[in-house]
Amino acid sequence: MAILVIAEHNNGALGAATLNTVAAAQKIGGDIAVLVAGQNVGGVAEAAAKIAGVAKVLVADNAAYAHQLPENVAPLIAELGKGYSHVLAPATTNGKNFLPRVAALLDVDQISEIIEVVSADTFKRPIYAGNAIATVQSSAAVKVITVRGTGFDAVAAEGGSAAVEAVSGPADAGKSAFVGEELAKSDRPELTAAKIVVSGGRGMGNGDNFKILYSLADKLGAAVGASRAAVDAGFVPNDMQVGQTGKIVAPQLYVAVGISGAIQHLAGMKDSKVIVAINKDEEAPIFQVADYGLVADLFEAVPELEKAV
Amino acid sequence: MKVLVAVKRVVDYNVKVRVKADNSGVDLANVKMSMNPFCEIAVEEAVRLKEKGVASEIVVVSVGPSGAQEQLRTALALGADRAVLVESNDELNSLAVAKALKAIVDKEQPQLVILGKQAIDSDNNQTGQMLAALTGYAQGTFASKVEVAGDKVNVTREIDGGLQTVALNLPAIVTTDLRLNEPRYASLPNIMKAKKKPLEILTPDALGISTASTVKTLKVEAPAARSAGIKVKSVAELVEKLKNEAKVI
Repeated sequence: MAILVIAEHNNGALGAATLNTVAAAQKIGGDIAVLVAGQNVGGVAEAAAKIAGVAKVLVADNAAYAHQLPENVAPLIAELGKGYSHVLAPATTNGKNFLPRVAALLDVDQISEIIEVVSADTFKRPIYAGNAIATVQSSAAVKVITVRGTGFDAVAAEGGSAAVEAVSGPADAGKSAFVGEELAKSDRPELTAAKIVVSGGRGMGNGDNFKILYSLADKLGAAVGASRAAVDAGFVPNDMQVGQTGKIVAPQLYVAVGISGAIQHLAGMKDSKVIVAINKDEEAPIFQVADYGLVADLFEAVPELEKAV
Repeated sequence: MKVLVAVKRVVDYNVKVRVKADNSGVDLANVKMSMNPFCEIAVEEAVRLKEKGVASEIVVVSVGPSGAQEQLRTALALGADRAVLVESNDELNSLAVAKALKAIVDKEQPQLVILGKQAIDSDNNQTGQMLAALTGYAQGTFASKVEVAGDKVNVTREIDGGLQTVALNLPAIVTTDLRLNEPRYASLPNIMKAKKKPLEILTPDALGISTASTVKTLKVEAPAARSAGIKVKSVAELVEKLKNEAKVI
């Protein structure tokens, strides 16, 4: 068996989700090749070659792949993928964007967001916002799969010495063009990779009040997340949303502040090791999943917590 | 231009689903069904395009059981002009649905196809992308803003670090994210009018497509339950527990 893992990157740096995806590939077993498709990605390819357990790195360096537009990268991946038993990508917005297109080009079903490898053709994945876990088996010639990062411990980023090989694929399909990007700036750890996450919900009242969460997060070295209610109310940008339709996190410690705990939010954080809930409504559903619950006014409890840690 | 919108009948998002005792699936008997929330956003966007004079006709399509007629009627009440149901009682995977939608796209020749980014039952997030591959059209997934300009559509997409804008040649496929718009409610007069709008029923056989799948579900289980937690009385007690009992800070 041979497995092709599609690297997550921004042309400059290798994305951490790649390491979790390689871990899933190791569970499947077989030679692992990593594809880096982008523009001026020499540095990313070098980083990919150092990943423990990677046998080969394929580099497709082409202006057409610069922003990983699916119209351009999907034909490349589908063509390369024919030579592999499995094609894996991280379940990031990028992976979710191009991989189903690859699967359809190969005329196979895709398996989304696996959290466990049972065997080379059988996998577990959550459905219904994580309220059920399905075990699915694939008979496809090429198994096309996205991997939920929080389901697999990252492999070491150093220690490998894979050969780097250039590959080429179709040129710009001419169907789409990148116009621009607006990235949120943050010095805090990335939400999906943070060991501690502090999240705020509608109970925060307004965007200004998130300051007390940022300040607590900085003391803990934590990332700051939010519920959909807080995002919809305009308190914080949408890339902070944790939940079924936002980011899936599984940190060591998740602190939910002023979050009631709707099914859709729980789907994004209930695999956290320890969950703390601070809410003044003692009937809030969040207390049913919290290891430690504190019924209190968050505007008193959060500053007090910051002082105490 | 003509806009095609795909909608799915799913378990209502407020329902806490239960896994069947024999682990064959989720118990959907006597459970409230609704239009998938992302599909509602797709219908709303199409209706807004029509109100702006960009869209001339909205065709809404569903691939699924006969019960999905209810969701198609809802879409008609919201402003769609006519509906098509590709009726199948089999459990269909995203690729099979994408193939059925491809057949409808071939028939209807829309300039824009709008779908939700994912259905809240299977949580696949695949159908729009697969339809784009099968038709060869460009795709704008996770859209939070859609602007048609001449023979192109500019789509602002929600990506992991923020927002990205792409320009797609028409015809194109767009999948909706939550913040694209706030769907309206159907008014009673419109619900009555929707009953008279045309609803065509087709079958996968009639469209000449196969619904066979390369993936089968072996079993469905409830997720591991979390052990019950405790309520602490003060911040001091919370910090003490986190430091000494859970050892996470």
